[in-house]
Amino acid sequence: MAPSQTRWKRLRRSRRIEGRETIVATIWFCFVAAILAGYVVLDGFDLGVGILHLWIARDDAERRIVLRSIGPVWDGNEVWILAAGGTLYFAFPALYATAFSGFYLPLMMVLWLLILRGISVEFRSHVTGTIWPAFWDAGFSFASLLLAVFYGAALGNVVRGVPLDANGRFFEPLWTDFLPRGQTGILDWYTVLVGIAALAALTLHGSTWLAYKTDGGLHQRALRVASALWWAVASLTFVITFASFRVLPQLLQNFRFRPWGFLFPLLAIAGLSGIKWFVHCEGGRQGIRSFVSLPAWHAYECGLQPLSQRSARQHESALQPHNFKCEGGRLRP
Amino acid sequence: MKFYVKAPRLQPIIVMHAGLGSVSTAACLAPPRGAMQDALTVHRLHFAFTVTFHYIFPQLTMGLALLILILKTVALRTGNEMCNRAARFWAKIFGISFTIGVVTGIPMEFQFGTNWSEFSRSAGGVIGQTLAMEGVFSFFLESTFLGAFLFGERRLGPRGHWVSALMVFLGSWLSGYFIVVTDAWMQHPVGYAMGADGSFQLRSFWDLLLNRWGLWQYAHTMTGAVQTGCFVMASVGAFYLLSKIHQDYGKLFVRTGVIVGLIAALVQLFPTGDGQGVMIAKDQQITLAAMEGLFHTQEAAPLVLIGQPDVANERLDNPLKVPQALSFLTYRVWSARVKGLDDFPRADWPDQIELLYYSYHIMVGLGTIFIAILLIAAWQLLKGTLFNYDITLWALMLAMPFPFIANTAGWITAEVGRQPWLIYGLMRTRAGFSPLVSAGNAWFTLLGFFGMYTILAILFLFLVYREIEHGPEPNAMEAPAAFAAD
Repeated sequence: MAPSQTRWKRLRRSRRIEGRETIVATIWFCFVAAILAGYVVLDGFDLGVGILHLWIARDDAERRIVLRSIGPVWDGNEVWILAAGGTLYFAFPALYATAFSGFYLPLMMVLWLLILRGISVEFRSHVTGTIWPAFWDAGFSFASLLLAVFYGAALGNVVRGVPLDANGRFFEPLWTDFLPRGQTGILDWYTVLVGIAALAALTLHGSTWLAYKTDGGLHQRALRVASALWWAVASLTFVITFASFRVLPQLLQNFRFRPWGFLFPLLAIAGLSGIKWFVHCEGGRQGIRSFVSLPAWHAYECGLQPLSQRSARQHESALQPHNFKCEGGRLRP
Repeated sequence: MKFYVKAPRLQPIIVMHAGLGSVSTAACLAPPRGAMQDALTVHRLHFAFTVTFHYIFPQLTMGLALLILILKTVALRTGNEMCNRAARFWAKIFGISFTIGVVTGIPMEFQFGTNWSEFSRSAGGVIGQTLAMEGVFSFFLESTFLGAFLFGERRLGPRGHWVSALMVFLGSWLSGYFIVVTDAWMQHPVGYAMGADGSFQLRSFWDLLLNRWGLWQYAHTMTGAVQTGCFVMASVGAFYLLSKIHQDYGKLFVRTGVIVGLIAALVQLFPTGDGQGVMIAKDQQITLAAMEGLFHTQEAAPLVLIGQPDVANERLDNPLKVPQALSFLTYRVWSARVKGLDDFPRADWPDQIELLYYSYHIMVGLGTIFIAILLIAAWQLLKGTLFNYDITLWALMLAMPFPFIANTAGWITAEVGRQPWLIYGLMRTRAGFSPLVSAGNAWFTLLGFFGMYTILAILFLFLVYREIEHGPEPNAMEAPAAFAAD
């Protein structure tokens, strides 16, 4: 056989393997994204309940009702973040290593908050009295609130991208000059904005859950909070959408290349209107329906961004999940 | 250690050069950088501290999971309500320990990426596999069924409740298996292939999961955990008996703890401890030499019982030795030749020989003492006189912290013994940490963990003491609503 022919065959085979690897990587990518989305939706509502906990419940009895509404499920919901971390670790070790060491400080703070939140829920009921539960109630709310903001800021960081060094690594300080360019920090005006939007969205999420799970005064208050927060979430959604286009002009291009990406903003709008509709029409089990429609908004929040990143990747071959290279000195996992 | 040795030698040279004007003033004004400013040391301390603290809790929950299952089985078969109450009492302590185990366990999974990014980049394709399985299957199994076990007794009925106890036991022991197998791969890498970019890819999942090292290590680790559970149970029982409160439960706890504990203590020594020792002698000969404080290769090597290693002068101070015993234990031949540290290049020596030597000797010494205490207690139990012997009860009560120390010392032996390798024979520890996370940032979070974990430790002791003080007898005053909120 002529050597050129062999080489050609080998090349074709290697192309095929490469193609297969890309497909496998894409499947894993979707899997990790789905687990993360699952985490946001599931742990999202108990985070929201945690944020509201201190303010919405008037006395110890109501606080117990609030805690009981998430008591059996919050632990299971948190397993999703472990699953996401674990899956990311073995599916994309290089991405895991770069991102986790680069976002060192905020991740460690998230860990501390998760510890505080976990022991607050678990240990509150061990001692009865006044001081003990009051302390853990505050700890639970404080940790939940900060976690929501941190998760939002993390999303903002992923969307904005981070500057990479020559070896493709990075380390983000907590803040620099609060501007989303140059040597960026975890917190700048854009990521803080996304953090606040996440806080509002998760609180809304939690309030619909509470409206669904409780009745009486607690139910009424949760509904009132939900309808007030709806406006905050809706306006923040518009603000961050425009801010994202400003921070990341190529986002618009992605939509042009991948028109099906418009599905995600449409889902978000549908979800938002769904909440509005169900919160407003009193009667029946409106709670559960509004609760069901909120995840659509989350789908926008966490689904739109990575997927449009992915289409960007496929066109510019800037970043592959299994071996990411960088272009223009910015990393966008 | 290298850094302590090098720094003073380098200093005069820099000063001399500065005198000649060849080194900038900034360089010679800079203070000497010792080990504590070295990022590698801080990252190692970071992992060592968080994992040591974490493992206090899983060893207790894994041990108690077995004991609770035993109590539930006895209750199911004999209909003994006291065993059921005892199981419920220990489940509460299990729950507190489990909570702290979970919240301190999550940082472990994250630290592979945050503090050891280069290690994760190379080995994530292999050990990410077992770590993810631990996170998903076992943890899920455990947390789901623990909820059912703690709060669902009435709804599940006796048989269903027994099944939930079994699932909690399986979940926690499976969790332990995945973690130990991950460590075993770092001790003795198998079933992998080197990728084009220098990273390790998994070749055979079953080789990884059924690693010979993993099986021995798991058996040895789990019997250690069972001993912790048994000593805690027997200690609480002895406390009740000596305080003359809850005496029926006290007897049940002491009896269960002593019988199960004695079996575990014997299996700990043989075959699991012995099996692991032989494995180390075969695959990690330098580690064996450092553990035993054997600086020079010797025929008919003695076993050192106590003595202080002087690494700089390569000798052992104030030794107490059993002649020829090391040769026999290692090779089953009294006159066998055992390689000492001088047979290996210094670059391959474990970098903390003193710590390794002491942790190993503390582990073995405590293990021997446990066997002695439990043998005496079991003998008295057999004669029916144990509950009259205050001295034995005092010994059982005060022994409680020591299995925790022995288990910790065992893990220090395994992990410090692996040095200077991160993956034995393949990757040096120095090559594994996150290069862009500075010593300052690592110190910042390490101090944060110090503070956080101090509070957790105080909380744990406070809550467990309350449960022990309250006792296993159900209290009419205690409203079930207090627990329903969980």
